[in-house]
Amino acid sequence: MQITNLKTLAVVAAALGTLAAAPAHAGKTLDNIKAKGQVTCGVNTGLAGFGAADSAGKWTGLDVDICRAIAASTLGDAEKVKYVPLNAQQRFTALQSGEIDILSRNTTFTLTRDASLGLNSTVTTYYDGQGFMVPVKSKIKSAKQLKGQTVCVQSGTTTEKNLTDYSKANKLNIKPVVYEQLEAAENAYFTGRCIAYTTDASGLASTRNKKASNPADHAILPELISKEPLGPMVRRGDDEWFAIVKWTIYGLIEAEEYGITQANVDSLKTTSVDPVVKRILGTSEDTGKLLGLSKDWMANAIKATGNYGEIFERNVGPKSPLGLPRGVNNQWNKGGLMYAYPVR
Amino acid sequence: MNPGSPPKKNNWSWRSQAFRGVVYQIIAIAAITGMVWFLAHNTLVNMRIRGIQSGFDFLAQSAGFDIGESLYPFDSEESYWRAFLIGITNTLRVAVIGIILATILGTLLGVGRFSRNALVRGLCLSYVELFRNIPVLLQLLLWYVVLTEVLPASSEAWQLGHFFLSKGGLNYPIPVWATGQLWAAFGIAGSFGLIWLYRRWARLQFEATGQPRSGFWLPLLILVACSLLGWALGGAPTELNYPVRGEFSIEDGGALTPEFLAVLLGLTLYTASFIAEVVRGGIASVARGQGEAASALGLNRNQEMRLVMLPQALRVIIPPLTNQYLNLTKNSSLAVAIGYPDVVSIANTALNQTGRAVECISIVMLVYLITSLGTSLLMNWYNSRAAIKER
Repeated sequence: MQITNLKTLAVVAAALGTLAAAPAHAGKTLDNIKAKGQVTCGVNTGLAGFGAADSAGKWTGLDVDICRAIAASTLGDAEKVKYVPLNAQQRFTALQSGEIDILSRNTTFTLTRDASLGLNSTVTTYYDGQGFMVPVKSKIKSAKQLKGQTVCVQSGTTTEKNLTDYSKANKLNIKPVVYEQLEAAENAYFTGRCIAYTTDASGLASTRNKKASNPADHAILPELISKEPLGPMVRRGDDEWFAIVKWTIYGLIEAEEYGITQANVDSLKTTSVDPVVKRILGTSEDTGKLLGLSKDWMANAIKATGNYGEIFERNVGPKSPLGLPRGVNNQWNKGGLMYAYPVR
Repeated sequence: MNPGSPPKKNNWSWRSQAFRGVVYQIIAIAAITGMVWFLAHNTLVNMRIRGIQSGFDFLAQSAGFDIGESLYPFDSEESYWRAFLIGITNTLRVAVIGIILATILGTLLGVGRFSRNALVRGLCLSYVELFRNIPVLLQLLLWYVVLTEVLPASSEAWQLGHFFLSKGGLNYPIPVWATGQLWAAFGIAGSFGLIWLYRRWARLQFEATGQPRSGFWLPLLILVACSLLGWALGGAPTELNYPVRGEFSIEDGGALTPEFLAVLLGLTLYTASFIAEVVRGGIASVARGQGEAASALGLNRNQEMRLVMLPQALRVIIPPLTNQYLNLTKNSSLAVAIGYPDVVSIANTALNQTGRAVECISIVMLVYLITSLGTSLLMNWYNSRAAIKER
């Protein structure tokens, strides 16, 4: 009898032990990342400003910085990222199969992708819309003038369907020429095979800036024909990892709201009296523990990439080569849509 | 015991080779079935666990995307399987036309290798060596670049009569469909019957009198005459739909896009070089004496080739020729690189809109399998006709 009781007690204690240990447990993906010492990140094959490698093989861009921030918050080092360049068709399969931990490749969040691919949309890092680019000398001023014309487009994107919807709604009978590779679609436009090239407006700006022999020869038409919320996706079934990605991005956005920058993050750690700032930097509450991360997870991320505003300005903002206006991607209290859930 | 009949084998013994053979086959089939089942089951379970939806139900849904070029009109509200059909017809269109052109060009080049003119021999040899040694994808890209870089913009298209050539492709006048065309089609169908009767009569005449009769020019005349007669009976419609210069591009009329032209040109020129080698090999396999005997009988070079050499060479040519046809059809899947909406391109788009990767890839595999098996069957049937009749 005694022995049985002891045995029961031992079992219960063991169960409690695992329960107690549970809150700190943070999912297979994080364990895996910690074990291999790097975050595997799916990025664009070459879209300047969002994800592109320079001649030295160094990756830069808004999407790339998100990967770097997540590597910094999880591993404490923004350099510990393995970049996997993916084209539009490979990207979802690569994420589904576990080849990459996070897909940060200017990917539009849609219902179909969220509900049927076994993936989860995290947080929008760039609010975009689909537009058209035409040669200035064509004298086309509006997308409505594209009646019966050929338009170059990359396959495997939401773009193809948006183009069809727009063509149908406005009775334009646009003929799409669909290319597998981004570069092929861009080249076809620049050689004049198509009268217009269509993709997200940010992508148009990037293409015009990087690939056109003279960017001033090409005009982006005023019409935006769709909503394209772009951001990173993760696999379903690992809620802890989902939360880490989501809250790292929210942290970056909130850091901008509260004025934490790459430059002042270290000094704010000691000098700040603002409770919100202290929470984000982990100097008062330990928010990182709830996610299975270290106490200074957000401080690491901000130190590596700067806050969301800095990431935007550096890669795509008005002073960058792309020169995109902040527009709807500004903070919510400055007329934009960037509204971070509170890190608390 | 009757020595004429072999001793009865014990069919159920392990010592019987036939029995062992059957057992091994059953084991092999079971292993393969089990493997396939295991893979399929595992994939389905894994996909369900990860929340990836699967199944072919999406084929009935509205596609929602446009297709740049198709043999018959396609609306984005039609279903996915209709979109796949467009892709399949686009693949077949380029494959069938490519096979016909490559065969003609390849045969000419192959025969040209036996020309008495050194220049012709040299040119044929250089062609073959050049085109078969450059990867076909590069050739497709090359032709596409040539067509889209060198040609003028659509608004400044080169014009020859009612034909326009530009980056927008080749635009040409097409007849407006009327009953006259239908009658002409009937005429063509009818002419096949007449040609068959004529050729039968010509063969009987040849066997009876030894007088050879043209097996080409008269049938061609019958064909043209019958179609013209049908066309005239149908009211002789002459209305054509001419392409005209629009604001930014050529409008109306028929059009071949640069994507189609580049794929067709690339595949035809590439495959023709291989077919030329197949034909050359076939002709070389016919014993020299055959040609010399034909000359001795007084046949000219043309007759010698047509009546003596080629029929014998065909037996060697057809099996490897079938391979080339299959290669051409399969290589047409490279068209996706230059934006031609073949079945692979449509499947890519469908895959991305629906996320049904396994399903879309199986459909493409099935399409190529059926096309290739169909081609093989047809060629095997032709081969059995051309083969030596063992008597």
